[in-house]
Amino acid sequence: MASDFFIYPEYEVVRDQDRCNLCKVCVRQCANGVHEYIAETHKLVSDEAKCVNCQRCVVYCPTRALKIVKSSNTYKENAHWSGATINELYRQAATGGVLLSSMGNPQKYPSYFDRILINASQVTNPSIDPLREPMETRVFLGPKPQRIERDSSGRIIPRLGPHLKLTMPMMFAAMSYGSISYSTHESLARAAETLGIMYNTGEGGLHENLYRYGKNTIVQVASGRFGVHPDYLAAGAAIEIKIGQGAKPGIGGHLPGAKIVGDVARTRMIPEGSDAISPAPHHDIYSIEDLRQLVFSLKEATNYQKPIIVKIAAVHNVAAIASGIARSGAEIIAIDGFRGGTGAAPTRIRDHVGIPIELALASVDQRLRAEGIRDRVSLVISGGIRSSADIVKALALGADCVYIGTAALLALGCHLCRSCHTGKCNWGIATQVPELVKRLNPEKGAEHLVNLLTAWQHEIKEMMGGMGINSIESLIGNRLMLRGIGLTEKELAILGIKHAGE
Amino acid sequence: MHLSAENLPFRELNERVKAAPGEVQIDNCYGQPFVGSGCKDKSIIIYGTPGNALGAYLDGAEIVVHGNAQDAVGDTMNDGRIVIHGHAGDALGYAMRGGKIYVRGNAGYRTGIHMKQYQEKRPVIVVGGKVGSFLGEYLAGGLIVVLGLGVEEIPVGSFTGTGMHGGRIYIRTKQKLSGLPPQVTAEIASDAEMGEIMPFLAEFAGLFDLDLKQFAFDQYYVLKPNAKSPYKKLYTAH
Ligand code: SF4
Ligand code: SF4
Repeated sequence: MASDFFIYPEYEVVRDQDRCNLCKVCVRQCANGVHEYIAETHKLVSDEAKCVNCQRCVVYCPTRALKIVKSSNTYKENAHWSGATINELYRQAATGGVLLSSMGNPQKYPSYFDRILINASQVTNPSIDPLREPMETRVFLGPKPQRIERDSSGRIIPRLGPHLKLTMPMMFAAMSYGSISYSTHESLARAAETLGIMYNTGEGGLHENLYRYGKNTIVQVASGRFGVHPDYLAAGAAIEIKIGQGAKPGIGGHLPGAKIVGDVARTRMIPEGSDAISPAPHHDIYSIEDLRQLVFSLKEATNYQKPIIVKIAAVHNVAAIASGIARSGAEIIAIDGFRGGTGAAPTRIRDHVGIPIELALASVDQRLRAEGIRDRVSLVISGGIRSSADIVKALALGADCVYIGTAALLALGCHLCRSCHTGKCNWGIATQVPELVKRLNPEKGAEHLVNLLTAWQHEIKEMMGGMGINSIESLIGNRLMLRGIGLTEKELAILGIKHAGE
Repeated sequence: MHLSAENLPFRELNERVKAAPGEVQIDNCYGQPFVGSGCKDKSIIIYGTPGNALGAYLDGAEIVVHGNAQDAVGDTMNDGRIVIHGHAGDALGYAMRGGKIYVRGNAGYRTGIHMKQYQEKRPVIVVGGKVGSFLGEYLAGGLIVVLGLGVEEIPVGSFTGTGMHGGRIYIRTKQKLSGLPPQVTAEIASDAEMGEIMPFLAEFAGLFDLDLKQFAFDQYYVLKPNAKSPYKKLYTAH
């Protein structure tokens, strides 16, 4: 990089020399090569320019000698031109490249989840104690029958089409093998099986060892069709057509050839070292009718056994789009908000395209209800779910279930350094480097995921109990359980909720 | 087995086709979509015009159409062979990974886009006439051959090979190819390169009862991606 564009390292590695016993764990743990042992001086030094603040060395330093702190070097204060903005501009002036980043949108946009509060019962309609009373968190995803039919002896004729049955309203979001490691996929698959929920292959195909988790797998079909063949389609419990992703609505994916190695190439069914490009659109879909065709070609290929999910990004006219999808023959619509994560996305798109999932969800739910077709599809939402409270709010806004992506990775050790696109994730998640992949033990990983979701399930039960509700079905779309705080009339109208105090 | 598709809804037709072992002949096909989707081992002979997504996800079966086909023939096809005696519509062989498609007549827009290859799987599309724009867009592997039989002008439309990063496109034409995107190189095919497609030209000639000598030894252009990873330079990490 030209010297005019020197960028001072964003972080400082602070090493307490009194605590440091020169064990060199940090040297071994940092795949970015920040720490180096200098034999002559008998000292550890750090090249901070390479540090992405993933906290690996901090966590593993046995004497707690390390700290990563934000550098105090500053440009002249400017409310309009932040240091980060200036640095990004310098990088582009030096290279001519599109800025590439990862994970979800980190910018300061309002979080509607943080401006919604949940109700509880007092005196009348008393609350329920989940430890004492049965509390149902099971959900079924798929169309609900429009009416009940009975045979001549009065028995209900079951007419449920293909659907998914989950023990709790959560699933692991699509993350492809290639963008994340094998050990991450195995952790997700194992946890999904233990929990009785689903994980999602993403668009990179399904590793042969993981076919045995098929009952708990959603297989994805994206524009690149990587690893898609009849046995793959038959392997999962549902098929998801990926139209868009919240982190990068309107654009495709590009896994560089360097990451297409070994099993990743095998699973995607493309040669090693070749770029895996997913075009922005499906080049055979230009209308809802075309989407319907893809939905039905998948149904035909799997004998109408599997529910079809269509996943879109939350964009401005999402309600109209969802209304079209509800008529396409798909059983489930997944909507991914602008906080949704990614293994790599152009920074400007990640940070500036798309809308918050809370608003998208509320308007889709309202639109489908107004059109009388809400029962035809289930809604799964994602993009920024951080806790059980977010989930309860999402369900009350009309979601049947949520996808958890970033939160699941955090449970596996991710420290949100947003450097997944470099392929050197020190936590063994967003990498294909064998020594790094080994750092994540799938058995432990699955255990942590099970812990997290079980805890959330319990919290959801407690919140439901507090509201006097004993099943998820009575929470879904129950906006009376929500109140806004600090929201405008317009925002309240879109969310379909009242203000606190009303 | 013989089936008349007249007045048969597509779902019923396809159920019967799937249930029938061995060879099935469909008469009076009037636009029913998804015929043969995902089929592994059977042979389907169609008289009439099958609808969209004929042979989608095909996995080893053979389909012969005596007539025209519509859009999305062989979508994400994995193995097998589709032979069309008439014309084919748009998005022929979208993202196909294996097997062969032979079209005697013309094909529409977006032929063979995002085809890819993998180990022994190398998909092949041969179109006898001409094709529309966006031929082989995002091509990642496999072979596409456009013969331009009976066509005076260049037998491909605009934007051929945009985003191509693997595979080969062969175009038979006496005229000079121009207007290709920068990621693609176009040269007159060498003897060795012609050798690569000769078996498929011979198969084409055999299937449609043509004289190989009439078209196999003419001037062909071969289109290849320019560098191994042409998109790498696009990005700056931060
Ligand atoms: S990149 Fe991670 S492991 Fe390396 S020095 Fe920075 S925080 Fe430590
Ligand atoms: S997955 Fe790894 S690289 Fe990506 S943000 Fe988390 S710790 Fe960083």
